[in-house]
This record gives sequence, C-alpha cells and structure tokens, in this order.
Amino acid sequence: MVAVRAGHTKQARTAVLDMTALAALIGRDIKIALRVGGGALIGVLFFLTVVVLMPFAVGPDLALLTRLGPAILWLGALLASLLTLDRLFMADHEDGSLYLIVMGRTPLELSCAAKALAHWLAAGLPLIIATPVLGLLLNLDATSTSAVALTLLAGTPALTFTGMIGAALAVTLHRGGLLLAVLVLPLSIPVLIFGVAASQAAISGPLSFGTPFSILCALSLASFVIGPFAAAASLRHGLD
Amino acid sequence: MTLIDLANPTRFLSLTARLLPWLAAATTALLLIGLYQSAVAPDDYQQGATVKIMFVHVPNAWLSMLVWGVMSLAALGTLVWRHPLADVAAKAAAPIGAAFTFLALVTGSLWGRPMWGTYWEWDARLTSVLILFLMYLGLIALWRAVEDPSRAARAAAILTLVGAINLPIIKFSVDWWNTLHQPASVMRLGGPSLDRAFLIPLLVMAVAFSLLFVTLHLAAMRNEILRRRVRSLQMMQASQRSV
Repeated sequence: MVAVRAGHTKQARTAVLDMTALAALIGRDIKIALRVGGGALIGVLFFLTVVVLMPFAVGPDLALLTRLGPAILWLGALLASLLTLDRLFMADHEDGSLYLIVMGRTPLELSCAAKALAHWLAAGLPLIIATPVLGLLLNLDATSTSAVALTLLAGTPALTFTGMIGAALAVTLHRGGLLLAVLVLPLSIPVLIFGVAASQAAISGPLSFGTPFSILCALSLASFVIGPFAAAASLRHGLD
Repeated sequence: MTLIDLANPTRFLSLTARLLPWLAAATTALLLIGLYQSAVAPDDYQQGATVKIMFVHVPNAWLSMLVWGVMSLAALGTLVWRHPLADVAAKAAAPIGAAFTFLALVTGSLWGRPMWGTYWEWDARLTSVLILFLMYLGLIALWRAVEDPSRAARAAAILTLVGAINLPIIKFSVDWWNTLHQPASVMRLGGPSLDRAFLIPLLVMAVAFSLLFVTLHLAAMRNEILRRRVRSLQMMQASQRSV
C-alpha cells in the first residue's frame, strides 16, 4: 500500500517536473524570440511589406482589393510564418541546447509541442494582431477583417505545427531556406483553402461560415497530433 | 526466401539479375498486347478517337499514387525495421513516381484540349495530381540535398509518411474547394459505367504499366546499390591517398 502510494507520488512528481520544464521552455523561447536578434517581429514587418506590395501588383483598385483582401492576407500570413520557421530549431542547434532538449527526461514530443506553441505565440500571434491594420489598407470592413482575423487565429497554429516537421528535417540536414519552403508549402495547401473559404463565406459567400471554419479547426487539431510526433522522430533519427 | 534474405545487397543483385530479363519480357509482351487492343478498340460515340488517350492516361494516374504507397512501405521499412534495402527502394522509386505523375498530367492535358477546349483547368482532380507532383519533386530535392545517403533516408522516410497522411487530406480539401468555386465540368468514365470494349484493354494496360514500374524500380535499385559501392570505393581511395 505504502509502496503503491509512493509510486503514485513519484509519478505525480515527474508529471509536475515535466510541466515546469515545459513552462520554462516556453518562457525561454518567447523571451529569446522577443529580444534583440530574436527575429519574431520581423515576420510582422514582412507581412506588412507583402500586403503593401500587392496593390502595386494588381493596381490600386479598391473594389478589387476588397475582393482579394482575405486571399492576400492569408497568403501574406502563410509566407510570413514560413519565413520565421527557420528559427524554430536552428538557433538551439547552433548553441547546442537542442541536444539537451533531445536528451532530456521530458518526452521529446512534448518539448517539440512546447517549442511550437512558443513559436506561435511569439511569431504567429503578432500577425493576427496586425491583421486589422492591414485590413484597413485593403479596404476591408470590420466584419470582413474580424472574419479573416478569426480564421487566422484558428489556422496559423496548423501552419506552425506542420511547418515544424519541415524545420526539424531542415535542422538535421543542416539545410534551410528554400528546401524548407519547398517541403512545407504543399502541406499547407488545405489550411490555405479552408482559411480563405471560411473568410469568403463570412464576407459574401452563400455558404455558411461554420463548415469551412470547423474543418480549419479540425486541421489545426490534427496538426497538433501529427506535427510533434513527426518532428520528434526527425530529431531523434537525424541528429548525430 | 523472405524479405530479410534480401537484406544482403549481393544476394539481391544476383536475384534481380536473374529476374529482370523475364520481367522486362513480360512487360514488353503485355504492353504490346495492350497497345494493340487499345488501337483496335472502337471509337467513343462522343469523343471519337481521343478516348484512346485514356489507355495511357489512366494507368499513369493510377501508378502515380501506387508509387507513393510503395515509398511509404519502404519508409516504414527504413524507420521501423531498419531494412538495409528499404531506403534504396524509396530513393529509386521517387523519380519513377514523379515521371508517372508528370506523364499523367501531360496525357490528361492533351486529352483535355480536344474535350474541354483547354489544356489546363483548375479542377479538383488535376489540382490534386499537380500537388502530388510537387511533393514528389520536393522529396527528390530532399534526397539530393544531403550527401550522406543514410541520413537523407531517414529524413525522406519521415517526409514520405507525413505526405502519405497529408495526401488524402489535400485530395479531400481540393475536392471541396472545387465545389465551392465552379460546378464540376468533368466527364467521367467511371469504372462500372465503362464498356467491356474499353475495360479489357484498360486493365491490360494497367497491369502492363505496373509491371513496367516493377521492372524499372528493380533496375533503379540495382543502379543505386552499384552507385553506392562506387561512392564508398572512391571514398576509400581518397582517404588512402590522403594518408
């Protein structure tokens, strides 16, 4: 009886230790991302630049920009989140802390999920906060802007968590940049389709907002499962 | 003879050396029969002679998906069973699969021109095959990005499995996307609605193309094994010279 209880408390203590370790990991990653040299906010700047470039490409026709607005915002967010993915494991690999994380007692899948969550909080959430301002530039009204922001809130976690697989592969291969983009972009097509579909449905579409939006949420939830496992497998098999 | 016995590359090479001529002969014979049957198949009452593109197009499209399935099995072989030939199989299959996918796209495009009046339509099926083609190219790029084959093999295996999970999702989402934007404009020759005069040549061609894949795949695996031997001999020579 005593032994059983001791086992239980030991298990509980390990779980608590895991949770504190994960919380520390998230806090550390966010702190690094927001400080000088972190590069999380460069994503927002890139997002702004892409959206500003669009009127130069399609012309300053406000009606056309309103129609294309959700697609432009989604494409900008997709590219911006792709751009920052490089940072997810690269810096940790350079200073060696990735090896500590891989060899640590916390399950690597959980550590990967924590890192992706921190990355999304530091690099993905600012994109969504910036969306209303950028919607103004594209002549979107309040309903449309909030619809796009809501779909981005539901969809960008999927981009981060599937992108993490590519980032893990790239870091084990000592390659990044274009290879990462080529590997990750085809996987993000479903998120793009349903994100834009839900925004369009909320703005003009005859279809209900609920259907594509729930599929978007489902994609995010599925990526929470697949992403950490695939990334952890890649790190385990790939790091020497 | 089990899968484990093939783990020895030398045994695999000697077995395939005996097997390949027979496979090649069977492939050629079936292809000739299939092509003859397709040539004498009657014209469709609506499509005329262009229906004969189907006998090349459908087997290509079928194999484009089958090859990803074979690569997924090989990926499991690499990650789970650590079979020494699994990564050779996966690496050899990728360019062949990309070629089949490319041919499916090209023949479909050539068929689409007289039927739909356009080479390309952003239709669900076409789009999802195009994405499959992009994923093949990405996988080949991954294989080519890394010098060490065993390290590239594990990365490619993970990407192949993730792709195997994602391909149905992509297919499904693209189907859905299509219904949102435009009505389906595709005439379809579904399996059961197909006349026997078309069905039999099509099945013969499908089997012939599958045999063609097996033949090409085994030959490509042999080449890959020999290429790796050459590479390790060169490395040994280089290291001896430097000492």
